[in-house]
Amino acid sequence: MIQMVLVTIVAAATPLMIAALGELVAERAGVLNLGVEGMMVLGAATGFAVAVETGSTLLGAAAGAGAGLALAALFGILTVVLSANQVASGLAMTILGLGLSGLVGASYVGLKREPAPHLNLAGLTDLPGIGRLVFGQDGFVYLAFALVAGVWWFLWRTRAGLILRAIGDDHTATHALGLKVRRVRFRAVLFGGACAGLAGAYLSLAYTPFWAPAMTAGRGWIALALVVFASWRPLRVLAGAMLFGGATVLQLHAQAAGLGLPGQALSALPYLATILALVLLSLGKRQGGSLAPAALGRVFTPHR
Amino acid sequence: MRILRGALSAVLALGIGAAQAQEKKPGEKLKVGFVYVGPVADYGYSFQHDQSRKALAAALGDKVETSFLENVPEADSERSIESLARSGHGLIFTTSFGFMEPTLKVAKKFPKLKFEHATGYKRSPNVSTYSARFYEGRYICGEIAGRLSKTGTLGYIASFPIPEVVSGINAFMLGAQSVNPNIKLKIVWVNTWFDPGKEAEAAKALLAQGADILSQHTDSAAPLQEAEKQGKLAFGQSSDQMRFAPKAQLTSIVDDWDGYVIAEAKAVLDGTWKSHDTWGGIKDGMVVLAPFANMPDDVKAKAEASKKAIADGTLHPFHGPVIKQDGTEAVKAGETAPDPMILGMNWYVKGIEDKLPQ
Repeated sequence: MIQMVLVTIVAAATPLMIAALGELVAERAGVLNLGVEGMMVLGAATGFAVAVETGSTLLGAAAGAGAGLALAALFGILTVVLSANQVASGLAMTILGLGLSGLVGASYVGLKREPAPHLNLAGLTDLPGIGRLVFGQDGFVYLAFALVAGVWWFLWRTRAGLILRAIGDDHTATHALGLKVRRVRFRAVLFGGACAGLAGAYLSLAYTPFWAPAMTAGRGWIALALVVFASWRPLRVLAGAMLFGGATVLQLHAQAAGLGLPGQALSALPYLATILALVLLSLGKRQGGSLAPAALGRVFTPHR
Repeated sequence: MRILRGALSAVLALGIGAAQAQEKKPGEKLKVGFVYVGPVADYGYSFQHDQSRKALAAALGDKVETSFLENVPEADSERSIESLARSGHGLIFTTSFGFMEPTLKVAKKFPKLKFEHATGYKRSPNVSTYSARFYEGRYICGEIAGRLSKTGTLGYIASFPIPEVVSGINAFMLGAQSVNPNIKLKIVWVNTWFDPGKEAEAAKALLAQGADILSQHTDSAAPLQEAEKQGKLAFGQSSDQMRFAPKAQLTSIVDDWDGYVIAEAKAVLDGTWKSHDTWGGIKDGMVVLAPFANMPDDVKAKAEASKKAIADGTLHPFHGPVIKQDGTEAVKAGETAPDPMILGMNWYVKGIEDKLPQ
């Protein structure tokens, strides 16, 4: 029973984790992408459509990530190349993504397919207590955990990651040093979009294996809150995703078990936790400073 | 459709059509607009409403022109309704409970236009309300569930604690109790009409707690699919969702608005339209049950019999004695609950252990 609940918490946390990691990289480079929800839902539609046509979950997932990446490329051209306002462009991407996904998915509504296969290791998966939790998830879950490690390693252990963070903190100085501000930002945005698309594909291929318009139901926005909650650190994204996913799942289980917990209050928990985390972290860290990348959301226009 | 919405807003911004409601010229088509809370492709509530829009276009094709806005958030619906009102629509259907106040507000601004609000209870001279007696269908679902449950525990995924949902839960429970007095009902409130992921989680939670038959008052097929995956049974919602769960769906309460929508449009065309309230049930063909499936023939036969009894009035889901959760008597023996009581239901019947969120 406890294992079953933990398995569902991990499943609920996975899309948040993947999308938030992508957004974290983009924001670390100084680009605020409010189009996560749109890229996610487009990834869900495209992923499902391709998976149905080809019969391959793997191709579907790749197509989902590709669709997110394509929308992110448009966002990148607008904000990084043409220096358009990031907030307005991001919101436009969300609306565009929701609309496009309806178009892409129109003829796939009402179809269903088998969910993505779960790992099944002889002996290990059947271990009591932790078998299914550790060895019985689907591929997306393991990929999400690998992404956490990969993003952490990239940002804190590689030169390219250092450059990316430096650009996110001060694009003028890094530009003066001869670093390719716009190239790095554009790639970070693409990575963020691909992650959002992949998270969407997880929803339509593994979590609830069908396509329905607007099926992301606001998870892109939760991913955005999660990045802030995690104070732009990958390992905290992992913890936060478990907390956010756990809050949702546990309140449903509490209700089913007949515990008199107020569901509405628990549903609001992720957002309250984000506000609380922001307050605590900004009090604790630098005096009057912010934890956010200093150049986050600011438009960069290079001098010619 | 969002593009249409954007275009409408743009028209609004330009001030074109900002004049008061246009008088309909003879020979001109009646423009009928629909506002949906969900996507038309949800294969549920909004889908069924859109079916009636299509039926209207088919029935009165040369006299009407239809359009719709989908995915309209309840909190932001006034703008959408007004955009339809300003763009020459003569009859506007607003199809979600949460559109009630915005509909009344816009209707006041456009006294010559006719509005139809689904599932609400407030009317004005140019706002009619209509709804279906979904509870009739839910009572039959309850009977079926009571007969088929092996664990004696049923699960219910509920959206928001409004009277329509609460009366549905009560009718379901009364139906189940009528065949198994010791039946248990577990309820999970998900606080949304449409979120496949959350609905699936709720289904998993209920199944994990021993429920073996699920009923839902949310709009996606995710709970049905979860039941199918785990080899359990469930009821569909708003439209026939057999395609999602051929081995799990017992039946589904299907909303059929076709007749009503066509009649109202005709009334506007004839100039006989008046503000009124309609509450149709199985008898009126507004509540339809999808073909009974995945159950033994005797259960099927009994369900058919109940359906007939409700249609001819010999069976009423809220026939007394109906006892509230706190033990007080709501409906005396031999009487049936009056409509206002059902329409304002904010209490559980005895036997439900959940606490109703306020």
